[in-house]
Amino acid sequence: MSSQDRPADSKPAVQSTQESRMEGTDDRFNSKLREAFGSSPFILTKFDQFMNWVRGSSMFMLQFGIACCSIEMMSTYAIKHDLDRFGSGVPRASPRQADVIIVPGTIVSKFAPRMKRVYDQMPEPKFVVSMGSCTISGGPFQQGYNVVKGAEEVIPCDIHVPGCPPRPEALIYGVAKLQERIANGESSPVTVKPYELEQFGDLERDELVDHLAEDIDQETLVMRYNWADSS
Amino acid sequence: MSLEDPRDTEEGRQELVGATEEGVDYDALEDLLGEHVTGRESHVNAEAFVIRPDEVQAVLFALRDQAGFDHLSNLSAQEQEDRYESIYHLKKYDDPTQEVTVVVPTSKRDPRSQSAEPVYRTADWHEREAYDLIGIEYDDHPDLRRILLPETWQGHPMGLDYDKDQPQVVSFENHANPLEEDHQDAESDTMFINIGPHHPATHGVLHLKTVLDGEQIADVEPDIGYLHRCEEQMAQQGKYKKEIMPYPDRWDYSSAGILNEWSYARAAEDLADLEVPEYAQVIRTMGAELSRMAGHMLAVGTFALDVYGDFTAIFQYAFRDREKILNLLEDLTGQRLMFNYLRLGGVAWDLPEPREEYFEKLRDFLDELPQTVEEYHNLLSSNEIFQIRCVDTGVLEPDVAKSYGATGPVARGSGIDYDLRRDDPYGYYPELDWDVITEDGCDNYARVLVRLQEVEQSARIIEQCVDLLAEWPEEDREIQSNVPRTLRPEEDAEIYRAVEAAKGELGIYIRSDGTDSPARFKIRSPCFSNLQTLPELSEGEYVPDMVASLGSLDIILGEVDR
Repeated sequence: MSSQDRPADSKPAVQSTQESRMEGTDDRFNSKLREAFGSSPFILTKFDQFMNWVRGSSMFMLQFGIACCSIEMMSTYAIKHDLDRFGSGVPRASPRQADVIIVPGTIVSKFAPRMKRVYDQMPEPKFVVSMGSCTISGGPFQQGYNVVKGAEEVIPCDIHVPGCPPRPEALIYGVAKLQERIANGESSPVTVKPYELEQFGDLERDELVDHLAEDIDQETLVMRYNWADSS
Repeated sequence: MSLEDPRDTEEGRQELVGATEEGVDYDALEDLLGEHVTGRESHVNAEAFVIRPDEVQAVLFALRDQAGFDHLSNLSAQEQEDRYESIYHLKKYDDPTQEVTVVVPTSKRDPRSQSAEPVYRTADWHEREAYDLIGIEYDDHPDLRRILLPETWQGHPMGLDYDKDQPQVVSFENHANPLEEDHQDAESDTMFINIGPHHPATHGVLHLKTVLDGEQIADVEPDIGYLHRCEEQMAQQGKYKKEIMPYPDRWDYSSAGILNEWSYARAAEDLADLEVPEYAQVIRTMGAELSRMAGHMLAVGTFALDVYGDFTAIFQYAFRDREKILNLLEDLTGQRLMFNYLRLGGVAWDLPEPREEYFEKLRDFLDELPQTVEEYHNLLSSNEIFQIRCVDTGVLEPDVAKSYGATGPVARGSGIDYDLRRDDPYGYYPELDWDVITEDGCDNYARVLVRLQEVEQSARIIEQCVDLLAEWPEEDREIQSNVPRTLRPEEDAEIYRAVEAAKGELGIYIRSDGTDSPARFKIRSPCFSNLQTLPELSEGEYVPDMVASLGSLDIILGEVDR
């Protein structure tokens, strides 16, 4: 018999646990932990939030250096700044063990497919901190004939830390913001990527592709850069 | 301690053509080259001989063997309105002020020139770069492929008619084992491994195509270009006075910014004939040596990380000391890493106020330094594991080093007594009391020792600069000379000038076309030449020794790829 069928005046004196949950907060559930997790009573939601909090509090960073910013990234890991204080300071050499990739430097045409490959090797859920102006827009090298105009052309980014290079304090702030976002369960934006890594056979056959058709094996992964569109 | 000059010992001192006390006697060199010379140009740094493109080797052999030009410092290639040009900048390791330039023009229709690789091994990579970016082809070259850009790239981007907006397709395929065919039998078998471009031991985005026979290196080929961010194009787009100076900081980004800035400043100042006030020179010298210390600390710290995975002690010690230096540099320049402090004709601003407090900080740092260096020696150079890993591994013989154009601590670790601060003096160095460090070990250990001792020498230089600055009379503190608002060096003036950066000889070639930005800007990067020696260092050795050798070369990929 469901509660709707019951007449309104015949309310039992003692509420069942479930009903008390439906209407409001039972004293028995008031705890610090509960406050931290919010008032929703569903176990599943709490578990998700719990997991988000766990994820944000223990992040394994990928040991990934590209350019000038990686020097400041190393300073951030090293003494004085010590990123480990914030639960995010274990640099892993293998992408298969890492949660977060900090992209510290200029991405050029030859490196972009490799970076995509490294990113693809990281297990889900994974997060990206793009560090420095080059990973935002190409930075001071934006007009270079060989420079990809930002990391977001290749992989989705959660946090951008501007600067050339950003100070270690700025990177720490960026990582702290990422932790906050993860703890709140906000996922990364999925960006439209003009450069896709794809099979050579999938590329639209234009003059250039026709020209290269004999040199490149059909099974090869290739990336196509439309410089005019991206700048 | 310098290595004996081979010419003294072997067949007695052979008379070198054109070498005089006052400098190079270019007429004697012209007589030596005879009818090879088709013309003569005057560059700001040296005289240049124009030769035919099919006589490159004959001319360079004569200059190397009979006139003693044993250092191919740089190859600057460029496309002009009516011709392509390869410009070989030659120097002597014994006396780098003795320079000669060889210009090889080739036709627009068929840019084809003879390779210099049989004469100088270093020409291998330099010519590949010229082919890649400019489009000049070199006959006789052992392996003329693209070096910085991907194999499938269309066009030569530093050429005049390159379309920057055209689409490009970049392939990403498995690399093949080049030795598989001839090394596969019942007893032995080779294995191909990629080290990098994402790898903790490659100091950035370097890709090593390595073939192993057991645990020994059978073949290693550095594959570079993963950080080729068009530094030369950026410089050619910028105006001399202020728009180029921020970029040098980003070539060698191991906090060695002021050294790099100085290379551009020196070339541009000599090109435009600008004076630098003495006071500014002292500040530059001090800042440059602070940068050098920071760069060497990083080299030593990451080397320890490479050799025995020491993330806890020496790496952190090195970063602690770097932080101290970076704080001092930040006080001086306003930035931690990308200083942008030098200006043509001086520096951006005077020392921070209150000066006494800044001197106090510098002196405190210098007072602690001997103890710190002692600590490094205790932890590192006298450590038995470290010695086992480094002594007699990665041996680079001096004549091989010279042929590859190695400079800096790599050359000095092989006993080559070559330091541009002393040999081609600039700044305030000649007035100061310091020593050039050389070690005769030729191995990884010697290169690390050179760096650690150079830190002490830098401290000596800084100490003297601090004393000078502290006593400098207040009315003479001129930080900037008079520089025109828009710099337009004379049309068709060409210059090649180098300074001693943290990794070695960092040279800049500039050709001006009468406008306010350079027509050609070529960077001679020390790391580019030093990295070329890696196969010599590591073939036949174990894989971990190769990682140690790579660490001891101390390359910065931003400078290798530019």
